[in-house]
Amino acid sequence: MRPFEFQRATSESEAIAAAAAGARYLAGGTTLVDLMREEVETPEKVVDINRLPLNYIRATDEAIVIGALARMSEVAANQDVRRLQPLIPETLTEGASPQLRNVASIGGNLLQRVRCPYFRMLDAACNKRVPGSGCSAIGGLNAGHAILGTSEHCAATHPSDLAVSLVALDATLLLKGPRGERAIPVTDLFRLPEATPHLEHTLEPGELIAEIRIPNGPYARKARYLKVRDRSSYEFALVSAAAALHIEDGLVKEARIAAGGVGTRPWRMNAVEAALLGKPASRISYEAAAAVSTEGTRPLSGNGYKVKLLPATIVRALEMAGEVA
Amino acid sequence: MADALSEISLTRRTVLQVSGGAAALAVLPEVVGSAYAQAPTEGARDAVEVSFTVNGTATDLRVDPRLSVLDMLRERLSLTGTKKGCNQGACGACTVLIDGKRVNACLALAVMYDGATITTIEGVADGETLHPLQAAFIEHDAFQCGYCTSGQIMSGLGCIREGHASSAEEISYWMSGNICRCGAYPGIVAAVAQAAKEDRT
Ligand SMILES: Cc1cc2nc3c(=O)[nH]c(=O)nc-3n(C[C@H](O)[C@H](O)[C@H](O)COP(=O)(O)OP(=O)(O)OC[C@H]3O[C@@H](n4cnc5c(N)ncnc54)[C@H](O)[C@@H]3O)c2cc1C
Ligand code: SF4
Ligand code: FES
Ligand code: FES
Repeated sequence: MRPFEFQRATSESEAIAAAAAGARYLAGGTTLVDLMREEVETPEKVVDINRLPLNYIRATDEAIVIGALARMSEVAANQDVRRLQPLIPETLTEGASPQLRNVASIGGNLLQRVRCPYFRMLDAACNKRVPGSGCSAIGGLNAGHAILGTSEHCAATHPSDLAVSLVALDATLLLKGPRGERAIPVTDLFRLPEATPHLEHTLEPGELIAEIRIPNGPYARKARYLKVRDRSSYEFALVSAAAALHIEDGLVKEARIAAGGVGTRPWRMNAVEAALLGKPASRISYEAAAAVSTEGTRPLSGNGYKVKLLPATIVRALEMAGEVA
Repeated sequence: MADALSEISLTRRTVLQVSGGAAALAVLPEVVGSAYAQAPTEGARDAVEVSFTVNGTATDLRVDPRLSVLDMLRERLSLTGTKKGCNQGACGACTVLIDGKRVNACLALAVMYDGATITTIEGVADGETLHPLQAAFIEHDAFQCGYCTSGQIMSGLGCIREGHASSAEEISYWMSGNICRCGAYPGIVAAVAQAAKEDRT
């Protein structure tokens, strides 16, 4: 690990000023410390935000509001979250391990970095790590890579499970930066790789994720997360799907669906949602709608299986959501 | 003889550096890791004062910000019961309790946890009397080589405390952050289940 200067922020303004001057925020450290040790990340200065008062969970009738420093395990165990937004605990518990979840923060989770193996190999070409150096995955080992939103410059999937469910639920972020506060949909946090895969998010220099707001839509309680992976826990998704359904008189009134493991960012399935509207809540409708999910997919040499796995995962997630009492 | 040996290890180190790690990293994470990274004492910038209570004993230290809780325990405090497997959060061998919660000590920088209370495997027994979970590990043959064991026990303590030890299935799922290369899982699950039951009664 390269030497770095360490600062412990005692106020938001102190943290934001440090980050605006180039310091990296440090929350749980489960992504940042790991990558700094591999020298994939080499910040000169790190500002520890763990003492900021951003570890809270508030429930109202309209929404759940979660401070960026709430830990994955705390959010997953929170009774209000479990009651009003059962998708969130299920999604969180399917990710990482109990030890990591005790430490990993909600804000850091959204900004975790890709799991493409070449990204961590300092001697392999990787546009994300060294802009312009090339992409080792596109002509190399890419079974875990994306089939949606890729470019000739990068095809790494966004690894966060939580981001998938937050995108499905239309969650928003409160950001605080040197120029004040703003709110953005979680979807807008993530960039496509296009020609600049090293630019992953839309935060301005120094901007801090302060909190996440998840609206309590009528679909929120009939919502499930299905994660398909090589082993049944402690593993990233091959394909995952978050599905939330609002069913009335046996018909789908509203649907929220997003997929993980397939896109270079968490992928909202608008066309599948539209295809479900007004249809009976049954496997036949789910299959017909999920078939639309593969439109525009561009498989690489090793990940063609995801084109089949994606609709199958969505169908099963919809069935699971439909079964929730 | 000694010279020949050190020459061999030097050569191996050089080869690893030249070959640059990708494939070698997967095979020999620790050797390559130590050959690559500067020891945390070299080039130290702004050592930071920290204090901890480790297994009931108050400790003040000056640490390089790069020092992990794992290396602090092993190299500064000589508590080598906590093991380093992957050093990447992926195996659980380094699990300790920080302020009562199980965490991976390898991804925890000591400076982040200033003021914390840490419990390691050395602090689990009560004098010569083993903790019920330690006794259950012996009773159920819950290890072979033992490398993962202190992490398994610390994680098991966390698992029981969190209330996720009511069935074998639940224990397997909530102990999945601890890998056992020897495959002692049936014994580990049985040991955690037994200690959880004793904890409740
Ligand atoms: C072995 C392993 C397995 C894993 N498995 C999964 C999995 O299956 N599913 C999954 O979703 N995740 C998984 N993870 C990733 C884990 O969830 C993330 O590492 C974690 O959520 C990151 O949170 P953190 O608080 O530790 O972030 P940090 O490492 O502290 O920070 C991560 C990044 O976010 C920035 N940052 C942090 N907080 C803020 C903020 N409030 N505002 C602005 N920037 C901020 C930091 O500067 C840094 O760039 C796994 C990780 C490991 C090591
Ligand atoms: S897919 Fe992206 S992260 Fe992986 S090697 Fe290519 S550029 Fe790097
Ligand atoms: S050594 Fe910490 S998880 Fe493997
Ligand atoms: S007992 Fe050998 S790794 Fe678990």
